[in-house]
Amino acid sequence: MTTHDLVILGSGPAGMAAAATAVAHGITAVVVDEQPAPGGQIYRSIESTPLKERRILGDDYWHGKELVDGLDDPRIDYRPGTTLWQLTRQLEVGLLQGEKASMVRARHVILAHGAMERPFPIPGWTLPGVMTAGSGQILLKSVGLVPSAPVVLAGCGPLLLLLAVQYLRAGIPIAALLDTTPAGQYRDALPLLPSALRNVRTLLKGVGLLAELRRAGVRHVRNVTALEAEGENRLKRVRWQCGNDPEWHCLTTPLLLLHQGVVPNTQVTRALDCAHDWDERQLAWQPRTDAWLATDVEGVAVAGDAGGIVGARASAMQGRLAGLGAAIALGRVSEDETREEVKRLRRDLAREAAIRPFLDVLYRPAAHWRLPEDDTLVCRCEEVTAGEIRRMAEQGCRGPNQTKSFTRCGMGPCQGRMCGLTVSELLADANGQSVAETGYYRLRPPFKPITLGQLATAAEDASE
Amino acid sequence: MFKRLSLPDAPAQKTVIVYFDGRQVTAKDGDTIAAALLSAGVEVCRTTPVSGSPRGPYCMMGVCFECLVEVDNIPNVQGCQVLVKEGMQIRSQNGARRLG
Repeated sequence: MTTHDLVILGSGPAGMAAAATAVAHGITAVVVDEQPAPGGQIYRSIESTPLKERRILGDDYWHGKELVDGLDDPRIDYRPGTTLWQLTRQLEVGLLQGEKASMVRARHVILAHGAMERPFPIPGWTLPGVMTAGSGQILLKSVGLVPSAPVVLAGCGPLLLLLAVQYLRAGIPIAALLDTTPAGQYRDALPLLPSALRNVRTLLKGVGLLAELRRAGVRHVRNVTALEAEGENRLKRVRWQCGNDPEWHCLTTPLLLLHQGVVPNTQVTRALDCAHDWDERQLAWQPRTDAWLATDVEGVAVAGDAGGIVGARASAMQGRLAGLGAAIALGRVSEDETREEVKRLRRDLAREAAIRPFLDVLYRPAAHWRLPEDDTLVCRCEEVTAGEIRRMAEQGCRGPNQTKSFTRCGMGPCQGRMCGLTVSELLADANGQSVAETGYYRLRPPFKPITLGQLATAAEDASE
Repeated sequence: MFKRLSLPDAPAQKTVIVYFDGRQVTAKDGDTIAAALLSAGVEVCRTTPVSGSPRGPYCMMGVCFECLVEVDNIPNVQGCQVLVKEGMQIRSQNGARRLG
């Protein structure tokens, strides 16, 4: 089995910055990424996007160019289109590229696989025609695919607003923006505004997005408190209620894009059995890390949104920090020699992250969006409803591994990625216990589908 | 539900022909399978093993597994993660997979 000094999972801002920092300290790095090109989701397709007019995707997108250019370095073994299907606590790394599987060993691993969109379980969310805002943005950036009829955007959070503005700049009509931000949260977030001002650039960007939407006259419906997607076998209509008003409003649309924030993708850190904590402010699990972003599994660090949502720029800073951590762990540089650089990085990180508490409070999804009504599907794969999870709690299920055994909830192809947060929160609520006590799914490899034939091609590597 | 943005300054992209359940689909070089299907008006790429309900691509980033399709006889391929190739035979996945 080949041994590499450093394996980095993900070529988003954190992974790319980690690789650049590591090679600057004489470490050769292997960077693996499922996507066919570098950039992660934030800088996706930056080298090939058909949207060359910079105004449409905006400056923050093009900011990624420098990081992506940095990947083009002979000391970085960048492997696009490569899936991680296994990672052990002994740092054996199982990869799949096309039909060829392989096993390599790493002396150090940096997990920089980023975030995913928070599940948004509403009635009808499995209908074809209901997708996520992230998916809309991926299609826009990567191949210039846009809604062919006026689209309905629903939910809350910076990405939803950004996508709306990007569509407007590209000349795409928006039927409505259904904003689920609870009315009271503008007031709740206000005390956090002064400290958020330390990251005034991001704050001004947000204000600018809202102003652009207003100027364009987009139908921005605020304080949406109920939302349903309807149709036979495909989306036909979106229905909603506002505030305490019992009246339902309705729009006919072929496409509804949902979004209520992003959360760390903990699939790999969970499978490694890293310690995780429930973050009540971000309403998500985070792998527990130290000042060097190292997890409690020796040799494994987590950088960027995979460790807690910090945003693209802070992710790159964390990537640098983790890259330095790797260089120290591998004995290429001493902690003393990095002191000044680390001090600077931590200061920049603190400034960049200063806006998070404000955003987390402002765009916190209300309880009823996270704890859906009984009839709503929670597990898309195995088609388990919130009501079934609640019934399992009544019958004594305390955690998601029990409901998984009884209902198959979380046992489908997505391996709980789309239901895990909801199920933990539902069980915590139904049992009157904390989410931390309730826990999460026990996850196992393979992390992604791999056929026996593909697996067999790795046998040679593993037997050495 | 999707169309390609017409961009005068975009570089011309090579056309790639693939097949979905035997039907010819004209894609562009650089499309993922899921993007190519969406651009061709395909909304449903599989039905669920439990109730047979129709599903289409949802997250486009490898998380939701809704865009699972069979590609050149290999089942359970995430359509959003694999780029189209000339002549690719893509089939919808209906119900549960069979062994063998």
